[in-house]
Amino acid sequence: MKQDILLLIWTVIKIVAIVLPLIIGVAYLTMAERKVISYMQGRIGPNRVGFGGMLQPIADAMKLLFKEIIIPRVSNRYLFLIAPIVSFVPALVAWAVIPFGPHLVLANINAGVLFVLAMTSLGVYGVLMAGWSSNSKYAMYGAMRSAAQTVSYEIAMSFAFVGVLMAAGSLNMQNIVVAQSGGFWHWYWLPLLPLFVVYWISGVAETNRAPFDVAEGESEIVAGFHIEYSGITFALFFLAEYASMILISALAVTLFMGGWLSPFQGIPVLGAWFAWVPGLVWFVLKLCFFLYLYLWMRATFPRYRYDQIMRLGWKILIPVTLVWIVVTGALIELHVGPWFS
Amino acid sequence: MKWIKGFFKTFFLWELLVGLSLTGRYFFSKKITIQYPEEKTPLSNRFRGLHALRRYPNGEERCIACKLCEAVCPALAITIEAEPREDGSRRTTRYEIDLFKCIYCGFCEESCPVDSIVETNVADYHFENRGENIMTKEKLLAIGDRYEEQIAKDRELDAKYR
Repeated sequence: MKQDILLLIWTVIKIVAIVLPLIIGVAYLTMAERKVISYMQGRIGPNRVGFGGMLQPIADAMKLLFKEIIIPRVSNRYLFLIAPIVSFVPALVAWAVIPFGPHLVLANINAGVLFVLAMTSLGVYGVLMAGWSSNSKYAMYGAMRSAAQTVSYEIAMSFAFVGVLMAAGSLNMQNIVVAQSGGFWHWYWLPLLPLFVVYWISGVAETNRAPFDVAEGESEIVAGFHIEYSGITFALFFLAEYASMILISALAVTLFMGGWLSPFQGIPVLGAWFAWVPGLVWFVLKLCFFLYLYLWMRATFPRYRYDQIMRLGWKILIPVTLVWIVVTGALIELHVGPWFS
Repeated sequence: MKWIKGFFKTFFLWELLVGLSLTGRYFFSKKITIQYPEEKTPLSNRFRGLHALRRYPNGEERCIACKLCEAVCPALAITIEAEPREDGSRRTTRYEIDLFKCIYCGFCEESCPVDSIVETNVADYHFENRGENIMTKEKLLAIGDRYEEQIAKDRELDAKYR
C-alpha cells in the first residue's frame, strides 16, 4: 500500500516534470513563432515587454486568462466547454511514451507508436466538437475541413510509421531509438527519406498548421472551429495546437532522427568529444530544429487550396508511402547498408 | 519532355525548397523596422500636421480675419467671428478648428494671404477629454509660438517652389 502511494507520487512528479517544461515550451514557441516570422519578413517582432520582449508570452497568457469566457446562447454548452479540454489532453498524454534519454521515459510501453497514433487522432475530436457545438457556420466549416483533412493525412502518417516499425522491428519507442544507434548516417531519415518527408508533411497537416491551416483559414472562415471561443477556452485550443506541434516534432526526432542519440556517435574524434553530452540535450536540439522548420514553412508557403490538400494526401502521399514500404522491405531483406545489417 | 521535367520538379518539391531558401536568406537580412517613439522617419517640409496660427516678429498676430480659410475649407472645420479691435484693426474674436472635421488638405494654408494659418509637421498628438478636438484661437497661437522656428524653416525651404 505504502509502496503504491510512493509510486503514485513519484509518477505525478514525473508527469509534472514533463508537462511544466512543455507548457513553458509552448509559451516560448509562440514567442519564437512571432520572432522567426517577423525576421523572415524583415521586421524585428515583439521586443517591448520585459527583457527585449522575453516576457511577451507571459503577458499574452495573462491577458487570455483574465478575459471573459463568452458562451453563445444557442450553443451546446456542455460540448462547447469540453471541446478545448478534449483537444488539449491528447496532445499532453502522448508525451508519456516519448523517450528523452536512455532511461528518461514516463511509460516505456511496447505499443508506444500505436499509443501515439491513437492520441494524435483523438485531438481532432476536440476540433469537431468545438465546430459543431458553437452552432456557427464558420465554426462548422472549419470543423468539417479539419476532420476530412486529418482523416486523410492520418493514413499517410500511419504508413510512414509502418516503415519505421519494419526497420526497427519494434513498436517500442525506446527500442526504435536504440535501433538507430551509430551516428548521423545510421538514423532512419536516410533509408526512409520519402517516408520521412511524407511523415513531416502529414504531421504539419495533422496539426492544422500552415500551409495546411484551412481549418482556421482566417481569410476565408475567420478563425474556423474556434471562432466563438474566448479567454481561457481559446487559450486551451492555442495550447493544444502548439503542444501537438511540439509532439509531432518530437515524434519526427524519435522515429527518424535518432531520438536522444548523439549525431557524432561512432565518428572517431568528435564522438569522444561529445560523449559527455546528455541525451536530453541532443533531443531538445533536434526538437528545436523541427519546430524552426514548422515556423519556417509557415513564413514561406501560402495556404493550400482545399481540393489540392485532398489530392496531395490521397493521390500522392499514400502511393509514395506504399511504394517505399515495399522498398524498405526489400532493403531489410537484403540487409542493406549500415541500417539493416 | 517538358511534362516529365515538370513532374520531377513538383514531385521533389523543388519550388518549395527554393521558396524556403528565400525566406531562409531573409531571416538573416537587415531588419528595416523603425522603433517609432525613439526613431522617426524623415518628414517632408510640406508635411501637413497639427494646425498653428503664426505671429509677426513683433508679436502681432498675423490673422486679419479675411475668412478665406473658412470659405475654402471643404470639411467646414473652421469657424471664425471677427470684430474691430480697440485700435481699429480687424481681428478675429473667435478662430476655431474642429480637428475631427479637418481632413488636413492644407487649403486653409494655401488660401491665407498673410501666412497666418499653417500646418506644422506635428503628427503625433492626442486628446484626453471631450471637446479638446476644438482648437481655439489661444491654443492655435500657442502652437504657433512653440513651433515658430520649425514652421519658418519649412516655409523657407518651400518658398522657391511657390
